[in-house]
Amino acid sequence: MSAYFPTIGLETHAELSTNSKVFCTCSAEFGGTPNSRCCPVCSGLPGTLPVLNRKAVEYIIKAGYVMNCEISRFTKWDRKNYFYPDLPKAYQISQMPRPVCLAGTVKINAGGKEKDIRINRIHLEEDAGKLVHDEVNRISLADYNRCGVPLIEIVTEPDFHSAEEVVAYLEKIMLLLQYAGICDCKMEQGSIRCDVNISIAPKGSNELGTRTELKNLNSLKAIARAIEVEIERQEELLDNGEKVIQETRRFNEALGETTAMRSKEDAHDYRYFPDPDIPPIIFTEEELEEIRNSIPELPEQRVARYVEQYGIKKPDADLIVSDKKICDFFDVAIQEYDNPKAVANYITGELLRRKNLGEVDMDDLKFTGKEFAQLVELLQTDKVSQSNAKVILGEMIENGGAPKSIADAKDLWIKEDNDLLAKTVDEIIANNPKAAEQYRSGDQKVFGFFMGQANKALKGQASPKAIQEYIRKKLSE
Amino acid sequence: MDITRAKIRDLRKALDSKEISAAELCGEYFRNIEAGDGKVQSFITVTKEKALEMAANAQKRIDSGDVSPLTGIPLAIKDNICTDGVKTTCASKMLENFIPPYDATVIEKLNAEGYVLLGKTSMDEFAMGGSTQTSAFAKTKNPYDLERVPGGSSGGSAAAVSASFAPAALGSDTGGSIRQPASFCGVTGIKPTYGRVSRYGLVAFASSLDQIGPICSDARDCAIMLNAICAHDPHDATSARQPVPDFTEKLGQSVSGMKIAMPKEFYSDDIDDEVKSHVMNAAKVLESQGAQLVECSIPGLKYAIPAYYLIACAEAASNLSRFDGIKYGFRGEGRTFEELIRDSRSKGFGEEVKRRILLGNYALSSGYYDAYYKKALALKQQIIKEYNDVFDKADVILTPTAPTPAYKIGVQDNDPVKMYLADICTVTVNIASLPGISTTCGYTAEGMPVGMSVIGRRFDEQTILQCADAFEQTFAPTAPKF
Repeated sequence: MSAYFPTIGLETHAELSTNSKVFCTCSAEFGGTPNSRCCPVCSGLPGTLPVLNRKAVEYIIKAGYVMNCEISRFTKWDRKNYFYPDLPKAYQISQMPRPVCLAGTVKINAGGKEKDIRINRIHLEEDAGKLVHDEVNRISLADYNRCGVPLIEIVTEPDFHSAEEVVAYLEKIMLLLQYAGICDCKMEQGSIRCDVNISIAPKGSNELGTRTELKNLNSLKAIARAIEVEIERQEELLDNGEKVIQETRRFNEALGETTAMRSKEDAHDYRYFPDPDIPPIIFTEEELEEIRNSIPELPEQRVARYVEQYGIKKPDADLIVSDKKICDFFDVAIQEYDNPKAVANYITGELLRRKNLGEVDMDDLKFTGKEFAQLVELLQTDKVSQSNAKVILGEMIENGGAPKSIADAKDLWIKEDNDLLAKTVDEIIANNPKAAEQYRSGDQKVFGFFMGQANKALKGQASPKAIQEYIRKKLSE
Repeated sequence: MDITRAKIRDLRKALDSKEISAAELCGEYFRNIEAGDGKVQSFITVTKEKALEMAANAQKRIDSGDVSPLTGIPLAIKDNICTDGVKTTCASKMLENFIPPYDATVIEKLNAEGYVLLGKTSMDEFAMGGSTQTSAFAKTKNPYDLERVPGGSSGGSAAAVSASFAPAALGSDTGGSIRQPASFCGVTGIKPTYGRVSRYGLVAFASSLDQIGPICSDARDCAIMLNAICAHDPHDATSARQPVPDFTEKLGQSVSGMKIAMPKEFYSDDIDDEVKSHVMNAAKVLESQGAQLVECSIPGLKYAIPAYYLIACAEAASNLSRFDGIKYGFRGEGRTFEELIRDSRSKGFGEEVKRRILLGNYALSSGYYDAYYKKALALKQQIIKEYNDVFDKADVILTPTAPTPAYKIGVQDNDPVKMYLADICTVTVNIASLPGISTTCGYTAEGMPVGMSVIGRRFDEQTILQCADAFEQTFAPTAPKF
């Protein structure tokens, strides 16, 4: 048992999924040929001026509401001055004393324990560009496509005491941001990024220890590991009678260690001051109310709807809601086939299984929720067998298409063909006289053997019910 | 056609009546430039070829009767206003070869009118200075005395109009940079209310104070120019949504009953006696036309210079950070980007620019912000309040434009503080976002022009134009011989 108690605070940057950048009309979409999504404004040419994207302001207000923040009635922008080649104006437009959102809370559930994480503030700023280092030619190239993409920075109070809580919090806010429709939260594309402040103190101490900041963490796994590694490092220092130095550290995922980036002494003096190019904004109650009312259904509300209205089990509902793409897919599906329980079961049982195996990519799905619902309906109404439903789903995943056409093309329907059923089962019984005898003498276990054989031979062309009935009838003769 | 101090409105008539073609007209101005700018050095770039092209297009419009007030009118543009495809240097080595890929909003508006670009005029480097002697390329001379400064920072624009190299020009004014050179060069220049003219495409010096405005032969031409360039601009969030009136509307109306305030601080012992007496004289002329002179006070004037230089330098330090040699402009040498940026900025900027960047960054540094920048903002509020109080009992304010007439080149070179103090008459107008116009009200014994400034309420350019014009109608200016 460790003698120390870790305290952790987070700064999370989330790129807003607005169509255009925060101070110009360039596309804010991820990627693109380098420097193809910039203009004189976002590349900081002399004489250009920023004009605030009101959509981005609307989005950050939504973020504030979903994290139970106070929304400032008066908000303004400041310049954060520092030189770096990816920052074309050599200042970032950000917010210092008057951020849009203050004092919120996010409820998390870590290891079965519920807990409130306090949000200190959320502010709106612009993203910087990206440097690409060419090690071979020893040159660095700047890509300003990302420059000016709207970014919110969500700052928590130091309310975390384990990596598990941090991960639970990040999963929660990613879900909230996705459901509110304000960030796609693709960590691998950098649309959500996290800086972690960590300190440790002897258990029972009322004072916090000296903190370090971990930067550039780009996956939940890396974040969890980095926190654990950094806590261990600090513990070792204190155990050896050394001191933790306040500094910024980088996590090396491959080596599983953190290394110093810059110390407090090297920290920038950002020389913040109000940006004279952007007038402050004053919100009216009506504007805020309108934005609040436009927030779509949030995860907890969806779970409640599924459980209360559709009778879906809470764990299943949680599972579906935990992935917004799946959840939206489910909502589309039940519009087509009004049997939410069956659809939910087939999603949690079959679709998610295949997704976890990596067979299904929800970002690149070849079929619609509507088509999926049609498949569930075919299955539920005994039009196709379980096994053929899987075959059809496989085909839909692979090449797309409506389940009915696939069943037609591959001849996967259950047929009302009693002759085929009779002929197949008769043959199986004739070929397995011993087993038939066993059954007749009271060994019910072999019934399963006959079912299996028949299913295999019939390739789903008869319904399990019909097969079962016929076998029983035959074996009782 | 004699184009000496020709008025835009007269050129308009000459063009419309086919007395002269647009190409011939800009040819006349190029003739003057070629004959005289070697001495005056008002231009950094002369755009003869482009001008002839623009003149040809303007002529087509004139021939088809599709005429705007500035169609075919040749203009000079200060070299800190971006012109698509035409070098825009800010008179700095840093931007020696910078060709903007876009037009400033004012240039778009002038293009829509069908103006003709004569060239880009010199200025103090990045508009920092009052003499045009910090220009890296053309240290402009005063056409009335080539040994004297033309004022600044829009010294190139003022000298060009004064010397009849252009009928009118655009300048920019952060602390007097239109009005003071206009007064030194014996022409008329107006700084509109902050927000009247879009700043989009004006290379920023101090964003909360910068404003583009015209320098012309007289107030009437200034009104014509304002009509062309004032409008709300969606590309400039600080541009005003205020309705734009016809600025010529009040010209020629009597000043009878107009209340003219003369704050005593602007007539102190620090102001040159000759300057003071000419401005007082002008006040009497206006009084004789029925205006009422009102005594008043702006006690905050004594804090104006420190407040102005803190705000302006702080904003400038940030605005000029983008010049790092990475994306455009002058690039120095270095193995790391820190070295590259340091070398580019050390060599690309001149001394005065570097001095102001240092001042500004110092004022914004952690631990000093409250003592300097924040205090300067409080002084700004105080000065605004004092002006409001004056405008409760007066319609306009009359002051000298500068404490002295144009001085000899070199006298202020080693004394930046003295140079900063010379801005005392103009900076408060920028701090309070007011409109101000400077026009010539007399000549010194040595023949140098003396300017007076008329300051108005926010968005009341009409009244200051009316007042300046009323005086101009009684005054016969003399063009310089050089």
